[in-house]
Amino acid sequence: MSSSLEQKIPSIDAIEDGLASQGYISSRQIATALFLAVRLGKPILVEGPAGVGKTELAKATAGFLDLPLIRMQCYEGLDESKALYEWKYGKQLLYTQILKDKLGEQLRDAANLDEALARLDKVDDIFFSERFLEPRPLLRALKEPLGCVLLVDEVDKADEEFESFLLEILSDYQVSIPELGTQSAKVIPIVLLTSNNTRDLGDAMKRRCLHLHIGYPDARREERIVATRIPHVQANLLRQLVHFVQALRTQDLRKLPSVSETIDWARALILMNAGQLDNDLVHNTLNVLLKFEGDMTSAGKLVGEMTHQAVREGQAMAAK
Amino acid sequence: MSYSQSAAKRAETQAQTSDMILRLLRVARGAGVRISVAESIDAFESANAVGFSDRQVLKDALTLTIAKTVEDKQLFEQCFETYFKRENTALGGKIAEAGRKPGAPPQGEGQPGDSQGEGASSSLGQMLLDNDLAGLAAAMERAAEAAGASNITLFTQTNLYARRILDRMGLPELEREVTRLRAEGNTELADRLARARAALGEQARAYMERQLTLFATGTTREIREGALRQVNLSQLDRRDIQRMRQLIREMAKKLAERYSRKRYRDRKGVLDTRRTIRRNMAFDAIPFRTVWKRERIDKPRVMALCDVSGSVASVARFLLMFLYSLNDVLADLRGFAFSSHLVEVSDILSRENSDDAVTKILEAVGFGSTNYGKSLEDFSALALNKINRQTTVIILGDARGNRNEPRVDLMGGIFSRAGRVIWLNPEPQPLWGTGDSDMYRYAPFCHQMVTCNTIAQLERIVEELLATARR
Repeated sequence: MSSSLEQKIPSIDAIEDGLASQGYISSRQIATALFLAVRLGKPILVEGPAGVGKTELAKATAGFLDLPLIRMQCYEGLDESKALYEWKYGKQLLYTQILKDKLGEQLRDAANLDEALARLDKVDDIFFSERFLEPRPLLRALKEPLGCVLLVDEVDKADEEFESFLLEILSDYQVSIPELGTQSAKVIPIVLLTSNNTRDLGDAMKRRCLHLHIGYPDARREERIVATRIPHVQANLLRQLVHFVQALRTQDLRKLPSVSETIDWARALILMNAGQLDNDLVHNTLNVLLKFEGDMTSAGKLVGEMTHQAVREGQAMAAK
Repeated sequence: MSYSQSAAKRAETQAQTSDMILRLLRVARGAGVRISVAESIDAFESANAVGFSDRQVLKDALTLTIAKTVEDKQLFEQCFETYFKRENTALGGKIAEAGRKPGAPPQGEGQPGDSQGEGASSSLGQMLLDNDLAGLAAAMERAAEAAGASNITLFTQTNLYARRILDRMGLPELEREVTRLRAEGNTELADRLARARAALGEQARAYMERQLTLFATGTTREIREGALRQVNLSQLDRRDIQRMRQLIREMAKKLAERYSRKRYRDRKGVLDTRRTIRRNMAFDAIPFRTVWKRERIDKPRVMALCDVSGSVASVARFLLMFLYSLNDVLADLRGFAFSSHLVEVSDILSRENSDDAVTKILEAVGFGSTNYGKSLEDFSALALNKINRQTTVIILGDARGNRNEPRVDLMGGIFSRAGRVIWLNPEPQPLWGTGDSDMYRYAPFCHQMVTCNTIAQLERIVEELLATARR
């Protein structure tokens, strides 16, 4: 099946290293999920809060396995013709116009209507051949000769009908196009589905997938993530800001800051030439981390204490 | 020869590991993780793919394949930890001490064969004398498997199974040996074996107790919950209330999942021109694909009146809890509670959490003396003009109005406006109409009157309600 792919990732450690080489600091569980997905040929359903790197995981996977990444963004009203394939109607029309004379020539010497129809039958297949087929992401993923990483982003935004339609493709890796017959995958693609939990996915869908939940990273992993993204960040500042964000996540907020916000914040702090956190600085840049007015006010009261704590812990870590 | 031997050995270990995974899955199911057959097959495949050498990786792999929600993941990880926890150390120490020669310096882990001089003839005795803890643990595991230890369901079976395990480990042989040694006059060795044997018995019992907590929680819970669904709500034990609450919540969630979807029905034969043209833009608006008009199937509009008076006090709590759960399923539910008078509780139901809501409602109107007439009057004033053909009115109560005027005329007014009137009475039918019960006077104005005093009945009624309202 995908033996070459299996050779590329002999072990879970190899995946972790591979992802790290793409700047994606994974956890052991994420690497295990990918390993199993390749070995068992199963899609992975990735859930978790926004901004923890669900989409990024697909990009990094494609990057280190050197496979093309095919991305399909889901939204309400997405249907087969946009996800699977469509006939190039305009081209078909144009070609019939151009070939009109040719067709007339062919049919001119037909003795009667029956014979003309029989001749037409012979040529009509050319209008429903691959030449006029516009493959959409799902079909493209199946036809990729060396396999690919297929990212079905935010599958919970699509309608339930579409979810059931996906099931068929994800379990057999094949689709049937009435005019052309069944198209099976040349190499089984690595499929990642992401969901933000705007609605519960069906049980049937969950059953067919490996279920990976990516939560907020712990302090050490978050430090490593920020350090890979922003290599020139000072170690001292890095420790402090990660501590601060980690503390912020324990608060009762409407939207907790996620990794992408930590990175943005770190960038902002560097732009402001900050060497370490202090009260005013945090107050002025808090809007990078928090996206709701209510969160800002409720967290604002605690900023002083949390900043102090973060600075102290950062120093304690440095002393070690 | 050697090849077939190793193959046989491999097959044996494979059988052992697959048994282990099967048992683990059973434990997880018992703890409440939902695992389908397809998922258990996946579990085997993924376990084989990652191997058994690294426990953390195995745990991750199984969690990924089996548990599909965050709660399930936590549950499963707990199960995994308990299942593989080995508590041998404490008791093992005792065995080691008992098996040691008096006066001999304590050794750490027993080295098999370090006391070869003094022979015990039975293999079990030898292991005990050798302090071969690993060997003993393995032997116990094997014996437990042969004795079917994972089938334990009741705590009274602990001793029985412990005895079976010891028997299979070769206890009779050991006991014979002790007797023989005593007869031969070798009391010292006999005493040591007897002490070790006692410690071993303790360990077997501890082992079975762990098995009980692992495997029996699921079954006993199933039995208990099955019983709870059938038990009369007014005769519930205090200690079951917590579990009952859980059951009601689960039931409501199940109903919500099944009925929360928006449903549409095609109106056959009526073309949706606008959407047809839009869909066929690519074909020069020549309608290759037609779109038909659809209509949305409305969810039932429910008004629920819940009696919280003294006479139904024991049931009221559950009726309210149920009302609360219904509130999650049906978006526009209006809830009312009454005893001597009636108040609307929709606000409380949607704002508070279930326990607070129930307490608040009971504080507001609870446990008074019932007056159905007054309550119906209040209800008519509040909501009669909002009742129409789409409305289902559910009344939960025993219809005992303390000989007050029942105001049947008001009930008639509700009946003539509403699509359906359902009366759920916690009393069994033979009691209807006896004493101060006005049940049969209200009867002409109800589409349906049913006894409802168990969770199972409640579930059936709501299921019916939700299903019929769709047609």
